[in-house]
Amino acid sequence: MDLSPIIISMRTASAAIALTFMLGLFVARWIVKLKSEKIKMILDGILTLPLVLPPTVMGFFLLIIFGVNRPIGRFLLDFMGVKIVFSWVATVIAAVVISFPFMYRSARGAFEQVDQNLVMAARTLGMSENKIFWKVVMPLALPGVVAGAILAFARGLGEFGATAMIAGNIANKTRTLPLAIYAEVAAGDMQAAAFYVIIVLSISFVIVVSTNYFTIRERKYIK
Amino acid sequence: MGLLVDIKKKLKGFTLYIAFETAGEYLGVLGASGCGKSMTLKCIAGVETPDEGQIVLNGKVLFDSKRKINLKPQERNVGYMIQNYALFPHMTVEENIGTGLACSKKEKIQKIGEMIESFHLQGLEKKYPNQLSGGQQQRVALARSIVYKPDVLLLDEPFSALDSHLKDKLQTEILELLNLYKGEVLIVTHDRDEAYRLCKNLVIIDNGRIVMEGNTKDIFLQPGIIAAARLTGCKNISRCEVLSSKNVRAVDWNITFETEEPVPENIKYVGIRAHDFRMINADEAKNEINTVKCDIAKIVEDVFEYNVHLKNGMLYKVKKQEWDNRKDQMNLYLKIPKDDILLLE
Repeated sequence: MDLSPIIISMRTASAAIALTFMLGLFVARWIVKLKSEKIKMILDGILTLPLVLPPTVMGFFLLIIFGVNRPIGRFLLDFMGVKIVFSWVATVIAAVVISFPFMYRSARGAFEQVDQNLVMAARTLGMSENKIFWKVVMPLALPGVVAGAILAFARGLGEFGATAMIAGNIANKTRTLPLAIYAEVAAGDMQAAAFYVIIVLSISFVIVVSTNYFTIRERKYIK
Repeated sequence: MGLLVDIKKKLKGFTLYIAFETAGEYLGVLGASGCGKSMTLKCIAGVETPDEGQIVLNGKVLFDSKRKINLKPQERNVGYMIQNYALFPHMTVEENIGTGLACSKKEKIQKIGEMIESFHLQGLEKKYPNQLSGGQQQRVALARSIVYKPDVLLLDEPFSALDSHLKDKLQTEILELLNLYKGEVLIVTHDRDEAYRLCKNLVIIDNGRIVMEGNTKDIFLQPGIIAAARLTGCKNISRCEVLSSKNVRAVDWNITFETEEPVPENIKYVGIRAHDFRMINADEAKNEINTVKCDIAKIVEDVFEYNVHLKNGMLYKVKKQEWDNRKDQMNLYLKIPKDDILLLE
């Protein structure tokens, strides 16, 4: 049995969640701080799009950006010697783009639910904006942030459409679990496909249960 | 020295225009809900920005629209106790008190220790806010504001989150604790008893404007205007006509009163506090001035007194014993002493 899809998938999902987590937090904090409601609404729409669009549409856009005949792809290839399409990095990029809205929306919701009176009090107590974020807003928003991160991780792990388009389905290189299942079924090997299915199923189940743990778990200061 | 506030801010429905100055004594800000009291405190603390004007604290300019000065809340050194205390729920009592202190760890521990002791919070250091009673939460919030040695302490409805049976006890306690703090204190409240007990001077805000300011006792004695009379708890207010220099007719009650002082021409209302009536007998009613024969509409019983609602719309509050022992059970005559008639603009 070929174990490489499992390893590739885990590596891809881990790298993707590290990027998505930081990017999601950063963007959520930035959006929450924006003053104009109109700009907020438009940006939020753009940032949420990957959630509602078919992944193949996102894959199409990624090809337009990173394709070797496109300006950015050309530039990366000519001057940095990096070819993004059909590389492992492409699987990470696809996973980040698709899982980003999960992280961003959860974090934003969690930040916005923090009582503004607490932030106000912290300001009058002389705490800097950074300190307020890390010592007041973040701890109170943590359950929502963690739940968002877990969902984003799961979504990154299950990413298929955009990955297929920009990273392809190269065994031992870009073939992640979802692609492996597709490839095995296409090749008629249902038993191999079932093996991968069971693995995806177990990982996903653990993830869903742990989301519940983080969101429902009683926190010391609430009881 | 002191706090000077002169600000203007457009709010929903009205414009806040507040100007006052404090001089070391506790200043109470009394006003109905939604009159702009809390917004005024927020502007002083710097968490809201006025449209124009200036705020100067002990000579330090906190805000000046003309000179484009607007210090951040962090730079103002203003202690602000928010209405529901806004304690950080994920921090223990000692973390709450010390969280913003910028000093060495040793100094921090020492300062927190002092506060725990002065505010009688021993044994609660490791507790979270929701494990505390309302009174304990209030003490933590006050300790948290005072530990920074702010130049002014703003208390927004400090007792509104407490049960009424706790209020009386805590008000005296808080007065003692406030003695630990040497600086300006501003207390915002809608409760006249709180204002009377805690504040030497008073500013009364109505609809975004200061309508009255001065010594608290003087204002309660002679509110001068209708908004101040209402906020200081005057239950009986009637429109009036000035008949002569010492005679006014209360239009709503159809009674003519003789007053102690000459009546200024701009007087539009008269007020009588519900406790200021004297019960008299029929003979006295014939011979004395400012007496009324009253018909009772209904009587509402309180713990220690009766609220006697009269048919002409007036409310008379009387001690139970006095009411139960009255001689003439059939008729009710009331007298209003001359100097208890409040003349209001």
